[in-house]
Amino acid sequence: MNAFTFSRAATLEEALAESSDGATFVAGGTTLIDLMKLDVEVPAKVVDINHLPLTGITLTAAGGLRIGALARNSDVAHDATVVRDYPVLSEALLSGASPQLRNMASTGGNLLQRTRCLYFRDPAYACNKRAPGSGCSAIDGFNRNLAILGTSEHCIATNPSDQNVALTALEATVQMRGSNGERTVPISDFFLLPGATPERETVLEPGELITSVTLPPPPAGARSTYLKLRDRASYEFALASAAVVAVVAGGSFERVRIALGGVGTKPWRNRDAETALEGKPATSENFALAAQIILRDATPASQNAFKIELAKRCIVHALTLVTTDGTQP
Amino acid sequence: MSSQVIVPEAEPSPPLAPSPGGFSVTFTVNGDRVELVVDPRSTLLDTLRETLDLTGTKKGCDHGQCGACTVHVNGRRVNACLSLTAMHDGDTITTVEGLGAPAALHPMQAAFLEHDGYQCGYCTPGQLMSATALLDEPCGPADADVAECMSGNICRCGAYQNIVAAIQSVRQQGKS
Repeated sequence: MNAFTFSRAATLEEALAESSDGATFVAGGTTLIDLMKLDVEVPAKVVDINHLPLTGITLTAAGGLRIGALARNSDVAHDATVVRDYPVLSEALLSGASPQLRNMASTGGNLLQRTRCLYFRDPAYACNKRAPGSGCSAIDGFNRNLAILGTSEHCIATNPSDQNVALTALEATVQMRGSNGERTVPISDFFLLPGATPERETVLEPGELITSVTLPPPPAGARSTYLKLRDRASYEFALASAAVVAVVAGGSFERVRIALGGVGTKPWRNRDAETALEGKPATSENFALAAQIILRDATPASQNAFKIELAKRCIVHALTLVTTDGTQP
Repeated sequence: MSSQVIVPEAEPSPPLAPSPGGFSVTFTVNGDRVELVVDPRSTLLDTLRETLDLTGTKKGCDHGQCGACTVHVNGRRVNACLSLTAMHDGDTITTVEGLGAPAALHPMQAAFLEHDGYQCGYCTPGQLMSATALLDEPCGPADADVAECMSGNICRCGAYQNIVAAIQSVRQQGKS
């Protein structure tokens, strides 16, 4: 691990002041310290933000839920309001990592979780995300687990998070604080496509700190599910996953949100598919139509074409689950 | 463990001030207060093993994938390999050495013996720390629930069935 200076911030103001000359914040450390050991992350300065008062999970005046950036994944997953009103988030969190990691990992850190692409994690290989302009070893390499949606000729790395898929289906917003004050962005605008700049993954600016994630009020009568498909039953990243939040009345979709994990360079949502389903009967034919729309622009690499069919079946099965009696409300 | 305290309590260093070449940290390990000046790069795992000589906690993958380094921080299980020691000022840490003693085993340690919950033993300290933490966590009643709650601890010998049996026996004791 490269040498770095370390400091601890007691307040948000202190953290922002400490980062004014460029610093990396550490919360749970489960991504950052892992990557520092691999020499993928080489910060000169690390600021410990764990003592900032950002752990709260509180109701908003609008009837939504504000989750502090330092709320741990395990605490969010077991929070009574999350379990009752946003079960898709609880399910997604509990499907990821291990209990130990979930005790450490923070809500804000999970938003910034880095890809599991083997070539990003190994400085011996070319990687445009880690070393811009060096090339992409994955496009002609081991890419079975990588993205089929949102890719570019420069990068096909998958966003590995489960949390972020649920947050996308829930239409969360992200609050960030920087030297210019606080701003809020919808989660659909928070993540960037790789394009020609895969090193830029989110709109978070250097020195800016995520302070919270806010969920809108749960739609009345919504049902949801998080379905995660992977190589083993537990403690593994998704090959394809789907978060679905739907309101079904009289057998038809009043409202539906579908987000995918494991297949996109960012948590993937396709509004055309949602529009196509809304007002339509909840039938397997319509589920398949939505899946077809979402995957129509998929561009597989040499080893991951199977993900097109896998993702389609994941979507159809998740839609079936939320529209079938007996699943979680 | 009290002999492990590096700096006598009579002359404590300021806990929050960065020291030349290191960072001052004070925390409690297995009931004993420890004051250290650490390299910021030191992980909690390396400090426990190399500085405090608490070698019960094991280094497996060193990347948070195997669970051999599992310890309790403020009562919650974490991977000590993915945490910087400098992040633990004021924390209360429990390692397998603090769980029980040969003459006074923790019920979970006794259950691992009774149910043969290990073969080579390398993953066992981490398994024990996860298993004892699990007792206070939301975890369903079935063996499959326990297996899921223990998924962060890998056992290359494959003692999983016996580990689950040991944990279930302690959970049953807790109910009776």
